[in-house]
Amino acid sequence: MGNLIDIKDVSHTFATDGGPLHVLDHLNISVPEGGFCAVVGPSGCGKSTLTRLIAGLMIPDEGEVWLHGERVKSPRSTVGMAFQNPVLLEWRSILKNVMLPLEIVPTKLTRKQQVERAEFLLALVGLEGFEDKKPSELSGGMRQRASLCRSLVHSPEVLILDEPFGALDAFTREDLWQTMHKVKAEEPFTGVLITHDLRESLFLGDQVVVMSGRPAHAQYVMDIPFDGPRVLDDLYTPESAERLAILRHQIEIAQGRATAEDAA
Amino acid sequence: MKLQKVIVPLIAMVVFLIFWELLVWVNGWPNYKMASPSDLWPAYTRYAELFIIYGWQTLWRTVVGLLLAIVVGTFIGMVMGFSRVMRDALYPLLVGFNAVPKATVVPIVALMFVGAHDFNTVLIAFMISFFPIAVSVSIGLSTLEPEYRDILRSLGASNMTIFWKIALPKTLPEFFGALKVAVTLAFIGTNLMEIVSPHGRGLGALFDSGKTNSDYPLMFAVLIALAVLGIVLYYIVVALERIFAGWAERNPT
Ligand SMILES: Nc1ncnc2c1ncn2[C@@H]1O[C@H](COP(=O)(O)OP(=O)(O)OP(=O)(O)O)[C@@H](O)[C@H]1O
Ligand SMILES: [Mg+2]
Repeated sequence: MGNLIDIKDVSHTFATDGGPLHVLDHLNISVPEGGFCAVVGPSGCGKSTLTRLIAGLMIPDEGEVWLHGERVKSPRSTVGMAFQNPVLLEWRSILKNVMLPLEIVPTKLTRKQQVERAEFLLALVGLEGFEDKKPSELSGGMRQRASLCRSLVHSPEVLILDEPFGALDAFTREDLWQTMHKVKAEEPFTGVLITHDLRESLFLGDQVVVMSGRPAHAQYVMDIPFDGPRVLDDLYTPESAERLAILRHQIEIAQGRATAEDAA
Repeated sequence: MKLQKVIVPLIAMVVFLIFWELLVWVNGWPNYKMASPSDLWPAYTRYAELFIIYGWQTLWRTVVGLLLAIVVGTFIGMVMGFSRVMRDALYPLLVGFNAVPKATVVPIVALMFVGAHDFNTVLIAFMISFFPIAVSVSIGLSTLEPEYRDILRSLGASNMTIFWKIALPKTLPEFFGALKVAVTLAFIGTNLMEIVSPHGRGLGALFDSGKTNSDYPLMFAVLIALAVLGIVLYYIVVALERIFAGWAERNPT
């Protein structure tokens, strides 16, 4: 199969203090190599759980997760992750933070090449000249850029982003969307992006998956034709407005605030 | 700037001594009520050798007790920080142990290990000071945001790697905060034991002999010597904190 990420019929239930919590229910998602899949869904529906399953941080009760033709049973070094919280290590410089994965993952790069690789990524996201700064000296947006570099430094096949821009203000967020396109043009990866922002999912994804409420399955999948780098103005075309309306309606269904019949 | 940091506290100290001297002189207090700084110097010169020998005893026993507390406290903290079950099991025990006033434990230990001066003093210094260290390490570890763990775990890092690269350095600021408390506590523990223990050693014993001989200047001289030792120990910890956890300091901007 040509898919790099295959989530096949995955169900998962957490044991909590209040009894079993059925989170995922026969979830199916496929992302082709080089694809970028944006996942939206109601709060608490299991999006972060999905990222942890793909990363191999946990194993689903039922169903299978496949990466590059191999079944995921444990974490693997071909994955890069970034979260809403940039989780930079405050005692390290930005450069050393970005290089952290190279200390864990086996790499063929020499020390000098590792530094060059980190510097290249930092320059790509617009953090040239901040290599020796400490995270506390950077703004929220800059920290998130550094976190993005760290998730890419070991050239992962799969990039998993869990609401990476969720805590940023609207302008910084739009800047980072454009940075993401720039990064994507330079660095080959297959991505999964969890987001709460429908415009973000349209701007960055070439496929948008709407997850249903808990227990969640893939309620709706929208393919977005991708032709070259996008600009922010594309979000204000009639096509985009129409797609946004459809997604918004799907979210309302997922939240249980609307039914499919309301669409008309 | 650096000079100011040394000179200002020195001036403050001199002013304090002058004030003390004046207070005693103006009120015409006799020696047995309140010794004055001018009485201290003769006391130091007369007992110079004792001060050095006993001061060293107090110092090394405090430091050994503290080192033990660091090793054991860190270990207990790690166990409680990494395992929910162990935390639930050990926490009430620790709190109960800590709640017992150490002044009541001192005579018991002194009797249990009578004559074993070094051992019982180190033991008390350790017992009194390991608690804040254990608690700070366990809190530091258990409040580590899960994302920090996931960043390394998703790359296949072992628990040991996660501990060395993230959990330990991230806990250092809390650890040093606790160490500053612990160093003072250990010092108190050492002195309690030295005073209570019959025929004890260390500055505490010197204080006790001053008491039995009604040598008030000696007692005050011991107090000042203890204060100096306490300050030295405290600032050694502060210096170590600067070196190992200086990154956590907020720059005043
Ligand atoms: N390890 C766990 N043990 C028990 N329950 C869990 C665990 N992880 C997540 N949950 C619960 O599972 C549900 C889904 O969690 P998850 O974090 O995947 O949701 P989410 O879609 O990412 O939410 P959000 O939009 O708030 O980020 C939540 O109700 C959460 O409380
Ligand atoms: Mg989440």
